[in-house]
Amino acid sequence: MTADTETVSHPRSFQEVILRLQAYWAGKGCAVLQPYDMEVGAGTFHPATTLRSLGARPWAAAYVQPSRRPTDGRYGENPNRLQHYYQYQVIIKPSPPDLQDLYLGSLAAIGIDPAMHDIRFVEDDWESPTLGAWGLGWEVWCDGMEVSQFTYFQQVGGHDCRPVAGELTYGLERLAMYVLGIDHVMDMPFNAPEAPIALSYGDIFAQTEREYSRFNFDQADTATLFEHFEHAEAECARILAAPEIDPRTGRAIIMAHPAYDQCIKASHLFNLLDARGVISVTERQSYIGRVRALAKACADAFVQTEAAQPKVDA
Amino acid sequence: MPDLLIELFSEEIPARMQRRAAQDLKTRMTDALVVAGLTYASAGAFSTPRRLVLTVEGLSAASPTRREERKGPRADAPEAAIAGFERATNMTRDTFERRETPKGVVFFAQIEHPGRPAAEIVAAALETTIRDFPWPKSMRWGNGTLRWVRPLHAILCLLVDEHGAAVVPLEIDGLVAGNTTRGHRFMAPAPFTVTGFDDYRAKLARAKVVLDPEERANIIAAEATNMAFARDLELVEDAGLLAEVSGLVEWPVVLAGPIEEDFLGLPPEVLQTSMREHQKFFSLRNPRTARIEGFVTVANIEAPDGGETILKGNRKVLSARLSDARFFWENDLARVKAEGLEGMGAGLANVTFHNKLGSQKARIDRIEALAREIAPRVGAQPDLAAEAARVVKSDLQSEMVGEFPELQGIMGGYYARAAGLPEAVAEACKGHYSPLGPGDAVPDAPVTVAVALADKIDTLTGFWAIDEKPTGSKDPFALRRAALGVIRLVLVNKLRLPLLEMFEKANSGADAGDLLSFFHDRLKVFLRDEGIRHDVIDAVLGMPGADDLTLVVKRAEALAAFLKTDDGENLIQGFKRANNILTQAEARDGVEYSYGADPKFAESDAERTLFAALDRAEAAIAPAMTAEDFAAAMAAMAELRGPIDAFFTEVQINTDNAVVRRNRLNLLHRIRAACLAVADLGRIEG
Repeated sequence: MTADTETVSHPRSFQEVILRLQAYWAGKGCAVLQPYDMEVGAGTFHPATTLRSLGARPWAAAYVQPSRRPTDGRYGENPNRLQHYYQYQVIIKPSPPDLQDLYLGSLAAIGIDPAMHDIRFVEDDWESPTLGAWGLGWEVWCDGMEVSQFTYFQQVGGHDCRPVAGELTYGLERLAMYVLGIDHVMDMPFNAPEAPIALSYGDIFAQTEREYSRFNFDQADTATLFEHFEHAEAECARILAAPEIDPRTGRAIIMAHPAYDQCIKASHLFNLLDARGVISVTERQSYIGRVRALAKACADAFVQTEAAQPKVDA
Repeated sequence: MPDLLIELFSEEIPARMQRRAAQDLKTRMTDALVVAGLTYASAGAFSTPRRLVLTVEGLSAASPTRREERKGPRADAPEAAIAGFERATNMTRDTFERRETPKGVVFFAQIEHPGRPAAEIVAAALETTIRDFPWPKSMRWGNGTLRWVRPLHAILCLLVDEHGAAVVPLEIDGLVAGNTTRGHRFMAPAPFTVTGFDDYRAKLARAKVVLDPEERANIIAAEATNMAFARDLELVEDAGLLAEVSGLVEWPVVLAGPIEEDFLGLPPEVLQTSMREHQKFFSLRNPRTARIEGFVTVANIEAPDGGETILKGNRKVLSARLSDARFFWENDLARVKAEGLEGMGAGLANVTFHNKLGSQKARIDRIEALAREIAPRVGAQPDLAAEAARVVKSDLQSEMVGEFPELQGIMGGYYARAAGLPEAVAEACKGHYSPLGPGDAVPDAPVTVAVALADKIDTLTGFWAIDEKPTGSKDPFALRRAALGVIRLVLVNKLRLPLLEMFEKANSGADAGDLLSFFHDRLKVFLRDEGIRHDVIDAVLGMPGADDLTLVVKRAEALAAFLKTDDGENLIQGFKRANNILTQAEARDGVEYSYGADPKFAESDAERTLFAALDRAEAAIAPAMTAEDFAAAMAAMAELRGPIDAFFTEVQINTDNAVVRRNRLNLLHRIRAACLAVADLGRIEG
C-alpha cells in the first residue's frame, strides 16, 4: 500500500479527487453506482446502503451522493458550510478484515501519504435516529481534521446486521479542500485548472447556495411541506400494505424500494421543516420517531425480499 | 515457574476504555487462573490504541493433583446401584475400597483428579475472558459472532519457561493464538516474533510502540513542558486530556505552534475549550498576561519533514475552528450590547426546564424571588441579588454556550461585563453554579452566594414537589450534588439560614421535613469525611434548630470534642445508667417521673451533692445554650460527672420507702433533662 505513495501525484481538482476514489474502489472490486435520484441528507440514505446492509447477501458498492442539509446553508459565504454537498460512500458486506488498510489505500490514492501525515482513528459511534440504525467505529483524523466516518453497522431499521457491513463516508468538499490546499470551498477548482473553460466550485454552486439558502430558510412553504410529509407517510404505509402477490404477474413482489422512496421523502421534508424553524423541541422527537417508523417498516419489508436472502448457487 | 504473555491485537480501541480494559483483562485472567488452581508471583497489564497486554510472572506449571473420596452403595446393594456407582466414578468395582461401617460394608471410590497443565488452563481462561469481556459497548464484524470493542485481529499467547517460549494452543472463532505481533501501523507494520515479555517490550519499542500508557503520558507531559518553556510559555495542565491523548497514540510525537494574532483576543477559556474539545490540543499560557498564546498537539508518527506538514494541517484546522469561536463571540457581544444580558436570555421563556416545572424563565423568576429572601441573610443587597438572578442563566441562549455547554456561567461573566452590569453580577454569573463537586471551591461573594443558594434550593424543592427524588444510584437531576452544594455554601460561609423556612418560601408544595432529612443524610456523609462520628451527628440532629446547619455543626464539633475528654466518656456512662434505670422504672410503674424531686427527701450527702450540682448545672446550661456557647454548656454538664458517679456508688435507687424511691427517680429525671438540653446523648454509642 505504501510502496507507491511516494510517486502518487497530488490531484489538482475536485473532480480528480472523485475520479481517483472511483477508480480506486472499482479496482478493489466495488460496484461503482451512481447517486440516488432523490433528495437525501447523507449518502447512508441511498438504498444501496440502508437496504442492502440488511440480509445475508454479500454486497460491495461505492458511489457519490449529493446530500442536502437545509440548516447548514450559509448563502455560499461560509468557507466550509454548504446546504448541498457531496459525500463519497463505500459499503461492503461482510466487512472485510483489511477494511482499515483498504481505506488508508484510498487516502494514498488521492495524495495523502500516510508517512507524511498524522492519521488517527478516533472513537465516534454512529447513530441515525431517523433510520433506527447504529454502528461502532471512528471518525478518521488527518492532521487533526476529520476526513471520514468509518462504521461497522450493527443495526439498521431495527434489524441486526448479519453479516456486518462496513461503511466509509468521505465528506468530499472538506477532504478535497485539504488535499488541494484550498481555504474557501468556492475557490476550489472543480475541473482541471488549465482546462479551456476552467470552473471553480463557486462557478457552479455559489448561486445555487444563495438560492437554496433563501428558499430553505424563508420561502419553503411550510403548510405544503407538512402536507407532503403526511402524504409521504401515508403513501409508504399504503405501498407496504399491498398484498404480496401482484395480480398482474401472479408473482410475489414486495415493494420495499418504492416504499423506502417515500421514507426518504418524509425524511427530507422533515429536514426542510426543521430548517424553517417550525418544529418545536418536543415535536421534533415525534417527527423523528415517525420517520424511523417508516424506515423500520421498509427494512421489515426488505428482509423478506430476494435481495436479502443468501444467493443460491445455480 | 513459567511466565505468561498475552496480547490481544485489534483495531483502534476508544481511548477512554483502554486503561479499564487492561485492568479487566488482568483481573479476569488472574482470577480464572487462581480458581483453576494455579498460583503466580506478579501480574501487569498495559494498553495501547491497538492492544491489550497481560504479563504474568512465576505462574505454576500445572494445577495440583486433587484427590476425592466418594461414598458409594453397600457392597451387597442391588447390581443396578453398584453399576451406577461404577459409571458415576468411571471406575470398576475391583478398584473400590470396601470399608466396614456401622451399616455394613460400603464401597468407597478414591478418585484422583490429575492436575492440568498451565497451557490448558490459560487457554480456557483466555477464551472465557475474551467471550465475556466487560466492554462498555461491543460489536460484531464481518461474518463472525464474536464480540469485541472493535474487530479483534490477533491473539498472542505465550508460556515461557527455561526451555523457551511455547504458544498456548487456542482458537477462538478462527483466530489462532501465535507468537507474532506488529509494530506501529505506519512506521513498522511488518510482523515479528517474540519470545517473552522483555523481548516483546523491547521489540515493540524498536517498532515505534511505547507499550506503557503511563510512559507515553510522561513523554507527552515532559515534551510539552519543554516546548512551552522554549516559547516562554507555560503548559496548562489537563490530566483528563493527557490520559485521553496517551490513548490515541502508540508513539507520541509532540508538536507545538502559536495561536494566530487574530484569535488572541478570545477569552482564554474559549481557546482552551475549543482546542481541547475539537482537537485534543493542550493550551500554552503566557504567565505574565494569562493569555493562551500557543498550543501543543500530539501526533502518532515521526514524519520525514519533522512534522511540518502535520503541524501545518493542524494549524489550518485550528484556524477554522477558532474562526467559528470568534464568530460566536462577536455575535454574542454585539447582541449583549444591543439587547442587554437579560435580553439575550429572553428566549428562555420558550425553553422547557422540566415539563412539570415550567420554562427556564419561570425557573429564573422563582430564583429571583428566593434570592431576594436569602440576600439579607448572607450580607447581599436584595436588589443586586435579584438583578443577578435575572441574568445568570442568560448565556444559555448565547451562541458560544450553544457550541460549548461547558462554558455556561463563564461566558455569562464576560457578557455581563460587556453589558456594563455591576461586577458582583458578573461574578454571580460565573460563580452561581459552584460548588459543583466536593473539591470545587465555594464562592464567598455575597451576591453569588445568594443566587447559588436560591438556584439550588429552587431545584431541590421543585423536584421534591413533583416527587422526583433520587433513588439508589439514580439521581438524574444531580440533586445530591445540589444539596451538598447548599451544605458547603452554608458551612464555609458560616451562614445562619433556617432551611425549613427557605424551603417553604421556595416551593410550598415540597415536603420540607422530608427534604430536610435528605439534607441531614448528606450532612452526615459530609461530616463523616471531616472526621465526625455519625452517632455524634445523630445526637445533635435531634435537637431543636436542626435546619440551621451551621448550628448543627457547631454543636456536633463541641460534642465530639467533649466526648474525647475523660469527663465526657464517664458522663455518658452516668447519663446512660440514669436513663436506663429511669426508663425501666417508668415502663414498670406506668408513670413518668418528671417532676418534683425535692432535696428534703434526700437521705445521703451524695444525694444532696447531686441536687446542688444539678442546680448549678441547669443554671449554667440554659444560658450557654441560648448563647450557642456549646463548650460552656458541655463544661457545665461535665461538672455533673463526679456527683453522678458518687450518687450511683452510694445510693440505692430502689428502697422500700416509696416516697424516697420516687424522689430519687425524679432526681434521675433531672440528670436526663439536663443532659438532653445539650444533646441527645442516648444516641451516642459505646
